[in-house]
Amino acid sequence: MAFLNELAKREERLAPGHRLCPGCGQPIIVRALLNITDYEIVIAHATGCMEVCSGLFPYTSWRVPWIHSAFENAAATIAGAEAMYKVWKRKGKTDKDIKFVALASDGGTYDIGLQALSGALERWHNFLYVCIDNQAYQNTGVQRSSASPFGSNTTTTPVGKVKKGKEQPRKDIVSIAEGHHIPYVAQGSPHAWRDLMNKMKQGLEVEGPAYLNVIQPCCLGWRFPPDMTIEVARMSAETCVWPLYEVIDGAIKINYKPKKKLPIEEYFKMQGRFSHFLKPENKDMLKEAQRLTDKQWEWLLKREAAGL
Amino acid sequence: MKIGEKAKWDELLTGGVIEDPGNSVNYKTGSWGIEKPIWNKDACINCMFCWVYCPDSAIKVDKDGNMAGIDCDFCKGCGLCVKECPKPNALAMVLKADIEKKGMDVVFKETFGGK
Ligand code: SF4
Ligand code: SF4
Repeated sequence: MAFLNELAKREERLAPGHRLCPGCGQPIIVRALLNITDYEIVIAHATGCMEVCSGLFPYTSWRVPWIHSAFENAAATIAGAEAMYKVWKRKGKTDKDIKFVALASDGGTYDIGLQALSGALERWHNFLYVCIDNQAYQNTGVQRSSASPFGSNTTTTPVGKVKKGKEQPRKDIVSIAEGHHIPYVAQGSPHAWRDLMNKMKQGLEVEGPAYLNVIQPCCLGWRFPPDMTIEVARMSAETCVWPLYEVIDGAIKINYKPKKKLPIEEYFKMQGRFSHFLKPENKDMLKEAQRLTDKQWEWLLKREAAGL
Repeated sequence: MKIGEKAKWDELLTGGVIEDPGNSVNYKTGSWGIEKPIWNKDACINCMFCWVYCPDSAIKVDKDGNMAGIDCDFCKGCGLCVKECPKPNALAMVLKADIEKKGMDVVFKETFGGK
């Protein structure tokens, strides 16, 4: 317990007065990042809810240097800042220890920012990329993204008589990041704050690029009451929809294995975007969603057992 | 230079730089929502779960890192702190209108049973 009391004594580096929805998990995730480290941090932030709502001109909620990027180029922006810092260090213009972080949501990561992300990982910039994944373009009105899960009801994949939500499964972005063979890749969730903070710390400390994927239950787009954000996140881990794991130099470690893996209905029940899954006529869809989840989970378990 | 909401274009800094970090504290979000949490100090164990989960940095902290109440300037009334608080009698959501009508003491007693 004392751990949180120690953290709470520090100065908050994310000021209140931002205009995110009540109950939004994004500032919870950002506060975890800023509170767990004493490093000076420079952030480049891709367009998204958090970026828009924390930087409504002439206000800013950031007490760290923060660059407002476009949708597609947070990773390129931070790569430029980090490259300049390296030159400054070499020329003796600074002796500060500064860490570089790119923040983006799923739209700015899985879709529009993927090229910049891949480039920055491949060029081996020393930075941490945190994707705050709320699984759709929530800020512009809940349009589907390649992070939206199979069957989810979004405004561009609505549930009607013929179509039943998004037809494709979500993109496995963590494996894409892993494909760059960078030293640290992880997936976390805000309910598991200790685990999340550990991952952020490791991502900052490691030499070279690090990628962290964090689930962000969005009360607006996922349709649940605002006080349920953390409960929904917790259920994503209990059902193994969102496994918590890390890949250090290519070897996977699963950080949380539920004693009794709950059926996916338990997670779907909490959210309006999945309500159609619970209707008897959509039983097959529910089975398919469970199959996709099980397949992913078993693959992770097999990898861990094999030390891969 | 502090840039206000009424700044003219030629007063803005190149690149839209804001030289006053964290100046969003001048924008109070505490008026959002119809409910707010109230806190019962005697039942609180200072675990700080409310602090770690509050999206709006609206849990006040004392010099020892302990819970020190709700910052009503910024609390949006989401209820996450109440939901995640492990002690059933330490935090509760109440209607702001009830506090206005009946006064804090009465609402507090009604909620926490005078404890
Ligand atoms: S979560 Fe509850 S018990 Fe813990 S510090 Fe907050 S009010 Fe106190
Ligand atoms: S109700 Fe929400 S905004 Fe208000 S103090 Fe609790 S967690 Fe923070």
